Amino acid sequence: MHRLPMVVLCALAACTPAPAQVKTGPEPAKPDTTTTAKATESKPGPGALSVPNADPYPSTYRPFPSKTTVIKNATILTAAGPTIQNGSILMRDGKIIAVGASVDAPGDAVVIDGTGKYVTPGIIDVHSHMGDYPAPGVDANSDGNEATDPTTPYVWAEHSVWPQDPQFARSISGGVTTIQVLPGSANLIGGRSAILKVVPARTVQEMKFPGAKYGMKMACGENPKRVYAQRGPSTRMGNMAGYRKAWIAAEEYRRSWDKWNADHKGEPPKRDLGLETLAEVLRGNILVQMHCYRADEMAQIIDMSHEFGYHVRAFHHCVECYKIGDLLAKENIGAAGWADWGMFKMEAEDAVRGNLALVDHAGAKAMIHSDDPQGNQRLNQEVAKAMSAGAAIGIPVSEDQAVKWMTINPAWALGLDDKIGSLEANKDADVVLWSSDPFSVYAHAEKVWIDGAMLYDRSDPAHRWRTDFDLGYVPAEAGR
Amino acid sequence: MKYVVIALLAAATGTQAQTIAITGGTVYPVSGPKIEHGTVIIRDGKIAAVGANVSVPAGAQTIDATGKWVTPGLINSATQLGVEEVQAVSSTSDERASGENGVAASFRVIDGFNPLSTLIQPARNDGITSVVDIPQSGGVIFGQAGFVDLASSEMIVRSSAAMVGQFGNTSAGFGRRGGGPEGYTRGEMAARLRELFDDVKTYAANKAAYDRAQSRPLSASRADLEALIPVVEGRLPLIMFVDRASDINEAMAITKAYGVKLIVGGGAEAWEVAPALAAAKIPVLTGALDNIPNSFEQLGQRHDNIALLRKAGVNVALIGNGGEEDGSPFNVRNIRQEAGTSVAFGLSWDEALKAITLAPAEIFGVADRVGSLQAGRDGNVVVWSGDPFEFSTQAVAVFVRGQQVKAPSRQDLLMERYKTLPRPTYRGP
Repeated sequence: MHRLPMVVLCALAACTPAPAQVKTGPEPAKPDTTTTAKATESKPGPGALSVPNADPYPSTYRPFPSKTTVIKNATILTAAGPTIQNGSILMRDGKIIAVGASVDAPGDAVVIDGTGKYVTPGIIDVHSHMGDYPAPGVDANSDGNEATDPTTPYVWAEHSVWPQDPQFARSISGGVTTIQVLPGSANLIGGRSAILKVVPARTVQEMKFPGAKYGMKMACGENPKRVYAQRGPSTRMGNMAGYRKAWIAAEEYRRSWDKWNADHKGEPPKRDLGLETLAEVLRGNILVQMHCYRADEMAQIIDMSHEFGYHVRAFHHCVECYKIGDLLAKENIGAAGWADWGMFKMEAEDAVRGNLALVDHAGAKAMIHSDDPQGNQRLNQEVAKAMSAGAAIGIPVSEDQAVKWMTINPAWALGLDDKIGSLEANKDADVVLWSSDPFSVYAHAEKVWIDGAMLYDRSDPAHRWRTDFDLGYVPAEAGR
Repeated sequence: MKYVVIALLAAATGTQAQTIAITGGTVYPVSGPKIEHGTVIIRDGKIAAVGANVSVPAGAQTIDATGKWVTPGLINSATQLGVEEVQAVSSTSDERASGENGVAASFRVIDGFNPLSTLIQPARNDGITSVVDIPQSGGVIFGQAGFVDLASSEMIVRSSAAMVGQFGNTSAGFGRRGGGPEGYTRGEMAARLRELFDDVKTYAANKAAYDRAQSRPLSASRADLEALIPVVEGRLPLIMFVDRASDINEAMAITKAYGVKLIVGGGAEAWEVAPALAAAKIPVLTGALDNIPNSFEQLGQRHDNIALLRKAGVNVALIGNGGEEDGSPFNVRNIRQEAGTSVAFGLSWDEALKAITLAPAEIFGVADRVGSLQAGRDGNVVVWSGDPFEFSTQAVAVFVRGQQVKAPSRQDLLMERYKTLPRPTYRGP
């Protein structure tokens, strides 16, 4: 009856054994005090040095148990080519094995009839604050904006994530399988993002997408200058000066550490947590995710990226991306936006519903994002709004193209397009079965698989995840 | 280009009397069953006839709606449209009053209404023809809501369509803003409401003495007391934004004791007290998009709240509860998405249409004018390319009081300008 919680326990207990158990087997472990003491005395932890691609808080995610599964007779939007009518998809061992008009299904496969239904890749949301701004929204759990300094590249969003945020469990019911949790937008440089699988977990490490590059949040415009009006920056030119100062320091840091890491000559340079993150951006190991509304500001940010030799991976909340779609295409920068948030502040004044359609039309990589735990659950609907707006201005967008706005394009923005975001052989089996066309207001995500494991089933309460918070507080029938 | 033609047509016809015949569509009058291949006649701004066998008067402007859907204009019952342009710019935000001692009853939000708000046209273009403008939180009594038709002139239908307040620490009753009146506990809010209603009754019964300064001290200003008289006399409903089931019960008890006609707004946990609401004939304004326990008052928040309420016999109208900007004046049009989502979560399609047309018209006392397609009602009519709840559907023609109001919005002009890159046309119009 409570299959899912059992699975959670199993995954935790069996798959992440304590180091002592690994060494000693079934015998009770004796603490080896000499080894421990020796290790701490002679060899400091890796935190003493600034090494590229360091991973001190590694993912402990393990796929949940899965069954070989075939969905047949469905309309499949692959995000990698034309729609497959009456198609089939085979998942095994966490991977997509085959997608096509027909697949060779093994005898032991669970077969799901998808007649009248649709299949898409799992939805990816590049802009979320779930876990950092959990529900209920109380000050005690408000951990999304380190608004104590305009430049905080030293904070990491994962260190704020509360895995029991009930918003996670609702996210998967909207077909979402991967999210990027970003620090808030109070700061010019907000800190590192966390790329998470939308899975039940005791710790954030169990949610972290294995092998994903970090993102780094930056913010343009009104928010930083409003938050820091008293101490500065208080103007847009102050914002630009703030970023540039940081990059100058970061470049010097990168140079000194790259030299020391190559020759190990002399004393290592002093480690600086913030500059380390910035240096990783300059090395291309961290992807910049930048909150920026206005087209003219984005153009200046692009010049700055050339000045310091880094790349902006995606502009977020870019309500004016449609004004510079050609520039974004040329610079290979993703355009992440809402369908219809606008007018709440001056820099959101020129928001248009056709933004993504216009950006796509100009050849740039368009993607939907939420910034909101409710919008996160219906990104398919937000895409549908943008499609409709496109059609109204003579830019019709096919479903084959539109599905990319919520799958492969955001996967690209996270640097994960080789693993997720489309339904192709050998990719991770992050799959959603929809009750009907996902761009219809009436469609539900019926079943959701992550790495081939069915983690959500709308028709089966046992496959509806409830967080610790939900228990006792939220009536069972309400939590969906 | 299409827009230009329509705009010219509207300008040319102006306010002159004219007859419009919408023919061949599937007509949803809401007040009765749908009519296949129906005709709607609008004459002199009013609906003159609706039916399957209605003949088109000579000289009527005919709109062929074959294959299309025809509904009453849609109503969004909780917005700040026209009283908030750019939310963060205070000079364009007129949705709240500071009030005194938690009360701003004399504040009529509609006094700040700007008929030239750029946000009205996007709403009209999506088939929204009426809205209720609601003052935002500022104590236990926020002020008065107004009912507005998105017409080309004389938009304000009722300057005071309801009093608005809150009970419990409502944190997200509607739209984006909220937050309980800081410092008030539930008991204090209850005490304040009782004190206020007592004082209104005292004032109403002793106005002459009050004017001679021979009254005991009263806890609100004369203007606020005056504004609350119709509330305690049961003539003007009081919308209380209230979410927690126990808070809804308390709001029901207080209002009942004073003969106040209650409307529950937000009502995240209203489904838990649905039978009591049905028995007391208390309507609920709520949305279908929220399923998040955003606060300790909203732990029972669920998508199918409205379906459960309707099933229990509660009168309901849909409002936006999509969180963040989904409730903003920019997105008044998303009431269509609320309706579609309510259907996805158990409400019947007909009930969903009613919840954004006739039901709010009844709740706000304007059903004799809007909310249904019947002879004698105002000519608020929308012709849709398909199911009005679907994203792919466009409002093909939108009439308010018989006048075509569909025209390019500021957003449409921006999109037209930037459709061709790299060098957009910066010239007029």
